[in-house]
Amino acid sequence: MMLFKIAFRNIMRNQRRSLMTGSAVAVGVMAMLVFGGYIAYIFSAFETGLVQRIGHLTVFRSGYFVFGAGNPAAYGIDDYQSVMRMIAEDPVLKPMIRVITPTQSLLGIAGNFSGGNNAAKTFLGTGVIPSNQQRMRQWNEYGVAPPEVPGPRLSDDAPQRGLIGGGMARILGLCPALKMQDCPAPPQTHDTTQAAPVDRNLTALAQSEIGSGEVKHITMPQLDLLSATANGAPNVVALDVAGVAVQGVKELDDNYVVMPLALAQQLVYGRGEHKATGIVLQLHRSEDLHAARARLRTLIAQHHLDLEVRDFAELTPFYVQVVRLFSAIFLFIALIMGVIVLFAVVNTMTMNVMERTNEIGTIRAMGVRRNGIRAQFVTEGWMLGAVAATVGVVLAFIVDAAINHSGLTWLPPGNATTVPFRLATPADRPLLLLGTWLGLVLLATFAALLPANRAARLPVVDALRHV
Amino acid sequence: MSDDRAPVVRLQHVVKTYHAGSVDVSAIRDISLDIPARRFSMIIGPSGSGKTTLLNLIGCIDAPTSGGIEVCGEDVGRLKDNVLADFRARNIGFIFQAFSLVPVLSAYENIEYPLLLVGMPAAERRRRTLAVLDAVGLQAQARQRPNELSGGQKQRVAIARALVKQPTIVLADEPTANLDSGTGAAIIALMRRMQAEQQTTFIFSTHDQQLMSHSEETFAIRDGALVAHEIPAATAEEAA
Repeated sequence: MMLFKIAFRNIMRNQRRSLMTGSAVAVGVMAMLVFGGYIAYIFSAFETGLVQRIGHLTVFRSGYFVFGAGNPAAYGIDDYQSVMRMIAEDPVLKPMIRVITPTQSLLGIAGNFSGGNNAAKTFLGTGVIPSNQQRMRQWNEYGVAPPEVPGPRLSDDAPQRGLIGGGMARILGLCPALKMQDCPAPPQTHDTTQAAPVDRNLTALAQSEIGSGEVKHITMPQLDLLSATANGAPNVVALDVAGVAVQGVKELDDNYVVMPLALAQQLVYGRGEHKATGIVLQLHRSEDLHAARARLRTLIAQHHLDLEVRDFAELTPFYVQVVRLFSAIFLFIALIMGVIVLFAVVNTMTMNVMERTNEIGTIRAMGVRRNGIRAQFVTEGWMLGAVAATVGVVLAFIVDAAINHSGLTWLPPGNATTVPFRLATPADRPLLLLGTWLGLVLLATFAALLPANRAARLPVVDALRHV
Repeated sequence: MSDDRAPVVRLQHVVKTYHAGSVDVSAIRDISLDIPARRFSMIIGPSGSGKTTLLNLIGCIDAPTSGGIEVCGEDVGRLKDNVLADFRARNIGFIFQAFSLVPVLSAYENIEYPLLLVGMPAAERRRRTLAVLDAVGLQAQARQRPNELSGGQKQRVAIARALVKQPTIVLADEPTANLDSGTGAAIIALMRRMQAEQQTTFIFSTHDQQLMSHSEETFAIRDGALVAHEIPAATAEEAA
């Protein structure tokens, strides 16, 4: 008790010095918690966006992940509905799964030949079940998803309705029809000698697919999508473009097409067996990801299926890169803060030892052991660290609250629209809170140990002679 | 010499040499002496004669270069650092010229501090601390910190701190040097009274004539060597 009393009073004795050192610790804790909260929020928001779009896990045909992008149609999962049933009804997986839905990836050429247009370009397409996709977009485990922006959507009741990327809409001259803002018309091309035969073929194919030759009542712009079927034959379907889904990455935005699964399957498989390139699983909680993945692998092995499982991080290397980048920045900041705290506490405690050398000699003469001296200064170090770190935590809560109520917005990497700028509060991240607090208190204690050892080793008579 | 007056301090051929760079400085040169119990003994000599070094050796806060030192019957040269610290905590009280109170503790807490080092129960600590505070006349200043006390009051606290654990020996290094003559006289009277009450051995290092007049045994040293040893007639008679 006397140890704590003396330690506390000595901290208060040099108020200005303690305040400066305490400020370094408090600001260090605050900076790490605020930046940690910012990173935590980015990770949560990024993960939420990915899980809403591509789920936690996707089952592919073996080899799709490595080679499938070149020819998705060749990697369709046979009888995918049976596989989905097996997964959905598995007693281990069932309570974990929120949404299970098939997807079809495809490549092809999109053409706009209506209203005097004569534009075509390659596209990266995805076929989805609209209602499942809509349900996936409501996943918000961390409470960080921005409110849904009203806009055009796919519908289970509109089998030909799709969305395209903003870049693709510009390139194909759909801006006026889609009422897009800030969307210049594509420049006129004079060299039509090579495009014409393709256009004529596409139009003819489209008309043969639509079949009737009747004039179709179209209320939205239409694209003709040409792709090779799994058998290698060309196939065309018509896509009603309901609107634009702007993508955050330009290359994707220039090539993006999303459509109902049945339409994508019709394009890729024609009248053959309709397959899916992926079975997407969205879980209730991300923490089940590893267990769900392990169970899926067990099921695949038990049923001798030629399938593989990939998680959202594997499918999005950019996510991993962002996580690593921010983690490295956080570690760097933590290192700088740690060094500042270390030097501040060492400096303060060294000055304390120098000023109290005579006092050290006195109490050593009275019978205090070397360890008693060491304990005295170490106690002062950790007490100063603990009080300052606690102040830092309080400051972090205040800064977080101020930022979270400021109404700031920002554009996350890969996003097309701004989202509210928020920080995860320390309470949301108890491990970060505890780790930062404990880390800096331990650092302050360690920093005090160096001058404390020096104090403990002082010969009593030398300490008593010190003026 | 009766058992009552058996030496509490015995020095045999003690030498203390300091090494200052390549130069050896002899602070104590082959001193042998016995100091009996419950006596008001003085080590006197001019500045730089080795008084404080001798006191430090007796107080077990410094080690001799050679020779043997027994304190309270213990050969302290053989004790390890922690054991020596515990030995000091139990047996030796210190009074310093500059008072050397712990500045962040009140007068009460400064006096209580040595009792904590010997692990005394709280109730007994309180009883003893209050008793000694009363004895030195500082009950009213119990809660005051050293910076709120006068020089005389600080030295009273230092005396109380040295005596509260009822040590065998109290070592006082120039205890009146920083006090005016009136306060010095009062402090000497207080130490005399406390010594009489507690039957403690006091060993002073001093060149204060006022204090020396109370000596029951005087060791005079010069240039680190014992040059005279005086026992006043009254003391000798009492011892006989």
